[in-house]
Amino acid sequence: MSRPILEASGLTMRFGGLLAVNGVNLTVNTKQVVSMIGPNGAGKTTVFNCLTGFYQPTSGSILLDGEPIHGLPGHKIARKGVVRTFQNVRLFKDMTVVENLLIAQHRHLNTNYLSGLFKTPAYRRSERQAMEFAAHWLERVNLLDFANRPAGTLAYGQQRRLEIARCMMTRPRLLMLDEPAAGLNPRETEDLKALIGVLRDEHDVTVLLIEHDMKLVMSISDYIYVINQGTPLASGTPEQVRSNPDVIKAYLGEA
Amino acid sequence: MSQTTHSPLKTAFFSALLVLAVAYPVLGLKLTTVGIKLQVHGASPTTLWAIAACAVAMFFWQLFRDRLARAWQSAPRLPKIPARVSNTLTLPSTQRRVIMVLIVIALAWPFFGSRGAVDIATLVLIYVLLGLGLNIVVGLAGLLDLGYVGFYAVGAYSYALLSHYYGLGFWTCLPIAGLMAALFGFVLGFPVLRLRGDYLAIVTLGFGEIIRILLRNMTELTGGPNGISNIDKPSLFGLSFDRVAPEGMQTFHEFFGLSYQSINKVIFLYLIALLLVLFALFVINRLIRMPIGRAWEALREDEIACRALGLNPTVIKLSAFTIGASFAGFAGSFFAARQGLITPESFTFIESAIILAIVVAGGMGSQLGVILAAVVLTLLPELTREFADYRMLIFGALMVLMMIWRPQGLLPMQRPHLELKQ
Repeated sequence: MSRPILEASGLTMRFGGLLAVNGVNLTVNTKQVVSMIGPNGAGKTTVFNCLTGFYQPTSGSILLDGEPIHGLPGHKIARKGVVRTFQNVRLFKDMTVVENLLIAQHRHLNTNYLSGLFKTPAYRRSERQAMEFAAHWLERVNLLDFANRPAGTLAYGQQRRLEIARCMMTRPRLLMLDEPAAGLNPRETEDLKALIGVLRDEHDVTVLLIEHDMKLVMSISDYIYVINQGTPLASGTPEQVRSNPDVIKAYLGEA
Repeated sequence: MSQTTHSPLKTAFFSALLVLAVAYPVLGLKLTTVGIKLQVHGASPTTLWAIAACAVAMFFWQLFRDRLARAWQSAPRLPKIPARVSNTLTLPSTQRRVIMVLIVIALAWPFFGSRGAVDIATLVLIYVLLGLGLNIVVGLAGLLDLGYVGFYAVGAYSYALLSHYYGLGFWTCLPIAGLMAALFGFVLGFPVLRLRGDYLAIVTLGFGEIIRILLRNMTELTGGPNGISNIDKPSLFGLSFDRVAPEGMQTFHEFFGLSYQSINKVIFLYLIALLLVLFALFVINRLIRMPIGRAWEALREDEIACRALGLNPTVIKLSAFTIGASFAGFAGSFFAARQGLITPESFTFIESAIILAIVVAGGMGSQLGVILAAVVLTLLPELTREFADYRMLIFGALMVLMMIWRPQGLLPMQRPHLELKQ
């Protein structure tokens, strides 16, 4: 058993009178693919927003490698290596594909003003390395031919892949994907599955996934959490979850 | 349209009535001061007839508007600018070349233009500098700043006060003024940059006014409404451009053995302004190609995605705000040196509005556009001196027409894209 990278306990999010997330506990182990499933409106994305600092959870604690991260602003959590995608693609549509990838490397670049103004060798080197790193990942996700096109002109499936590549630019430890397969055709979904496998096995990235495509979830996940109406319903390996009567009831309704 | 539901006759009648109701009190009545009292007179019969004619014209215009519009549509059109040409014009490389040509013209200008022409050109350059600075904040980072003139004032007063109290020269104070304005930008920006859009605009507007009112009320330090006068003019490596040099200095014409000409001073000021503008152009051109320039663009497009990627929005916005403010500081200290006298009334909101108009009319983010708009908007009041009363009217009409025909500005610029070489 590998050690946990992310531990959330008693996570609760309340919007006025609405209890969107109620006492969710999550443990994500390193180099695993962990999925969160549940019917629409179950509060999965709210959990994501709490984990990544976009919402401040009403109560509960979140530990990243044993270090509390709840209450930190989103960009600080991202800098600690927790990077996410969004349900609706959020690329910089007017910027080119490669520029999207450069933005994500902002923190790793030489951003000294003087060296940029005078184009010092160190600055040029830093820009060149960023370009090479971006090119490397564009090749990985099969988008190298589109590098200089505005990101908004790509096909939907390509935009999804670009978004994952952009996350990888930040050298994340935990990658959180919010419905990455939504709107993809079966072949693209297969590619996505392969890509997630590569991320886990070759790049030592832990993946936390929200997904409705059960085929994908069941085939790729090491562990699954089921959430229904903001409360944890079940958790376990794909086999355990698949045969859990509560889960079947929540998805299919009372028999 | 709702007008089709009303009878056109009724609409036309009320429109004509509205013309009378508005025009008669404004133009048809004249107030004259007799002693300490005001007397109301009717205007001359010609004015009254003109008002009546306008009302009648409005009546017929409303009545036949639809038919006229149809006739207008079938009339032959001016050939439109082909898409390819307008695309080429907005390319950064084309605009760069045009800017080069403009720089050559600007360098030759003082040696061929008259004294007045050089003087006006200096004024244009101040506005170019201000426009370029605000363009960073509004055009590149997308932050609506209505208090930009506050930083201009900070720059001007930095030089004026340092020169007045400590006798420091222009060249020492220029960087200090830039730094002071940047510091103010930083300090003011820190709390307000959490706000967005309209809220940010209102708060910056308030800050601009606060700075002006502070300057007016700190009478012991800033001279209050009287401002500060007798500010030293810049010197060239210790050479003064005055007829008689102050103590310990030499004059320019003596040093080079020339006869004294007052135009030399004007040309010298012009060249300093040009130098500042060239510096600004250089810096901004680099900035938009640097990581920070990309981050501004990204932040304008999607702030949430930026945060998810670990970019700190506050720091990035603050950098735009601070850098933009520092250019206003440079412009301000130059303005103080050129005028020799500054008062808080030089830094009213209308200045902010004009600078913003330059940025918007030029095309957000476009440096060439800002230059052209600064030329147009500064020359317009100078050229229309005879219509001084209607200056603001012309200004407003120009803005409205711009918004109808070219909402993207005179000459927008496509952002320079970084290319991946394969």
